[in-house]
Amino acid sequence: MTGSTSDAILTVEALNAYYGRAHILSDVALQAGRGEVVALIGRNGAGKSTTFKSIMGLVDDRRGRITFAGNDISRSAPHEIARLGLGYVPEDRRIFTDLTVMENLEVGRQRPREGAPEWTPERLFTLFPNLAEMRGRLGGGMSGGEQQMLTIARTLMGNPLAILLDEPSEGLAPRIVEMMAHAIIGLKAEGQTIILSEQNLHFAGLVSDRAHVIEKGRIRFGGTMRELAADEAVRRAYLTL
Amino acid sequence: MGFYLVQFLGGLAQASSLFLVAAGLSIIFGVTRIVNFAHGSFYMLGAYLAYTLAERMGGAVGFWSAIALAAVATGVVGVVMELLVLRRLYRGPELFQLLATFGVVLIVQDVALLIWGPEDLLGPRAPGLEGVVRILGRPFPKYELLLIALGPIVLGLLWLLFHRTRWGTLVRAATQDREMTAALGINQTWLFTSVLFVGSLLAGLGGALQIPREAVNLHMDINIVVEAFVVVVVGGMGSVGGAFLAAVLIGLIQAFGILVFPQITLVVVFLFMAVVLVVRPHGLMGRQQATARGAGHVPEAPIHASGMMGRVAAVGLLVVLAALPALFGDYALAVLTEMMILALFAASLHFIMGPGGMVSFGHAAYFGLGAYGAGLLVKHLSGGMVAGLVSAPLFAGLGALLFGWFCVRLSGVYLAMLTLAFAQIVWSIAFQWYAVTGGDNGILGVWPDGWASPRWAFYYLSLVLCAGGVLMLRRVIFSPFGYALRAGRDSPLRADAVGIDVRHLQWLAFTVAGAFAGLAGGLYAYSKGSVFPTLMAIPRSVDGLVMVLLGGVQTLTGPLVGAAVFHALNTEMVRYTDHWRLTLGVAIVLLVVIFPQGIVGTLARLPFFRRKEA
Repeated sequence: MTGSTSDAILTVEALNAYYGRAHILSDVALQAGRGEVVALIGRNGAGKSTTFKSIMGLVDDRRGRITFAGNDISRSAPHEIARLGLGYVPEDRRIFTDLTVMENLEVGRQRPREGAPEWTPERLFTLFPNLAEMRGRLGGGMSGGEQQMLTIARTLMGNPLAILLDEPSEGLAPRIVEMMAHAIIGLKAEGQTIILSEQNLHFAGLVSDRAHVIEKGRIRFGGTMRELAADEAVRRAYLTL
Repeated sequence: MGFYLVQFLGGLAQASSLFLVAAGLSIIFGVTRIVNFAHGSFYMLGAYLAYTLAERMGGAVGFWSAIALAAVATGVVGVVMELLVLRRLYRGPELFQLLATFGVVLIVQDVALLIWGPEDLLGPRAPGLEGVVRILGRPFPKYELLLIALGPIVLGLLWLLFHRTRWGTLVRAATQDREMTAALGINQTWLFTSVLFVGSLLAGLGGALQIPREAVNLHMDINIVVEAFVVVVVGGMGSVGGAFLAAVLIGLIQAFGILVFPQITLVVVFLFMAVVLVVRPHGLMGRQQATARGAGHVPEAPIHASGMMGRVAAVGLLVVLAALPALFGDYALAVLTEMMILALFAASLHFIMGPGGMVSFGHAAYFGLGAYGAGLLVKHLSGGMVAGLVSAPLFAGLGALLFGWFCVRLSGVYLAMLTLAFAQIVWSIAFQWYAVTGGDNGILGVWPDGWASPRWAFYYLSLVLCAGGVLMLRRVIFSPFGYALRAGRDSPLRADAVGIDVRHLQWLAFTVAGAFAGLAGGLYAYSKGSVFPTLMAIPRSVDGLVMVLLGGVQTLTGPLVGAAVFHALNTEMVRYTDHWRLTLGVAIVLLVVIFPQGIVGTLARLPFFRRKEA
């Protein structure tokens, strides 16, 4: 049922994750092709963030097969995964508040990577013009929207082949959400592969090619955005509040 | 005027040395969240290495290269400790690394003794800086001027290192959020190793620079590490600038304190720290400590009241203990008596550390207060043993009530350091107030009453009081008070929100723990027949920590097993080997690496001991 792509860059199969005795993810499977924007849609607590954290190696107790750019990363450490070119933008942003904007970007910097767009602070400032004016500002002194932009820019500094973008629109003012959507569309135009999680179906629809719907740690739907839009039953069962 | 100026400059020179050591400690703590007890040992190693190298190489070039080489070599020793020991423990419970670094302290002490011998070693003068300069007519050593300059220079270099290099940026990022730093592709393992190198190098440099000033000796380690902790805490953990400011203040307080309060020199610095912490709970330049994210710390499994098996085992143990006097002679009974007393002491410390979530570096204060509570009664009022054993917990409990009020206002390492400060204050009172306490001559003749004077009788008395004390502490842990206390530990905010007065509970718990430690101290006084200030000195507090951590903080039987193992290791090793520190240190390090949850904590995770799910 998944509109699978032949040159998948990220493939997740039978992913299970646990926090202590609690079973959080059950046989999650998803896939993203090069240059695609794929959305993982679900309600609060459905398992979106845990899915991303598990892919990134940040959940200790995880089982399953995760392949990224031809490498098996199911047992790799977070820094190894990041160095293979998988970027991660956490939902709570996690800006280094004691570091300046430029220093935050420096922490994310990695060497240019073949097959990925090459980012410099200057190029990122054209994508997020707000940041250009606050290079020396401490991360702790920025607004939520500015922090959200910085956290994406910081991950892009690693010149990733693909990025996991956890709820980019969460908690932002409508005007900022719009800017965020433009930025993501801009990234897509650069050829950046993006897997993003969303509660907001409208936002996901603006930027994504395909969607997976997750509920209670299981994938309930996989298909194009258009198919999801047509599937009233899925939307009513898993997405509406 | 000249006199005061020279005194002032002397204080600044001392401050520079303190700053070097404290900066290293602060950096290591900031990134790894490890309270590195071995930092003073690295300082001492730096001094010994510089001494040997300077002797070998000779000459001006030789001297300065010796200092540099000694610092680098000490850095390498820090790296070795990280690679062999600490690296295996990052995911363990916090403070467990502290135990490992304490093992390293013991190892370094004996290794230094083996290599350099027990005598004080006087190093060469610094070539070109042997003489004095006259300042307002007063002589002042030239070498001290160099030290005064060195402090700000190192501060500047560290600032550049942390703010103008990629490495520094990464270290600051990891200090704040390790997990996120890893998710951005930074291999923290090597970051930590390099931080250990820089921090230990600074300690080694601080030590190496001492050789023209003072004789190198085997006591340098503990003295400096305590002072360095004070500096780091006063300045604010993890703040290099704060460490500098604090080092200058403390250097000057030491230089002038001796003029103003010659009677209480030992305590002035700790009083200062106590005042700073009460006014600024996170130090002069410190901030509210963000919990180090991704420190890999696993939430503790809740403790359970023991089931049928546990009760049978406890009764069995009591029966065995009660039967022992029939089998053993006086020496063994004396050792066993001490073991039980230490078990009660450890259980009382565990009570605030485990369920209370408050780490104390100065719990010996209450052990000692108990002992003095009994001893002073004997000395000044010729009181009997029963009165002494009543006054011991009262005296200690009152002390804990007073100090606890201040301590529970802080948390984490700051709280721990404040407990240490109070312990040092109490210790120096006992040490310096000759008229009342007898100073380091102690109080002699604290013997049990006639009926309890045979070894076996005193053994039974101790068994009853210690077992009773341990059982009472257990009861409290499983009472509503204990539940509320644990709730406060796990989430102060939520506990507050459901109406628990966390601070008040902690204060009460601190007092209860102090009183039981005091009971242990009182028993100890009667078992030894004497009371000395060492009962409340830092090593005794550290012993308590080692016992609790060795057994496992989040288990109830842990402290008892820890006390038994520690005391047995201690006594047996002193009997059979000259190098008991080395052996004990290696044993502690191995135990920590093999049992990363403490002995009982690790055993409890084995399937055999695991409770069946209902």
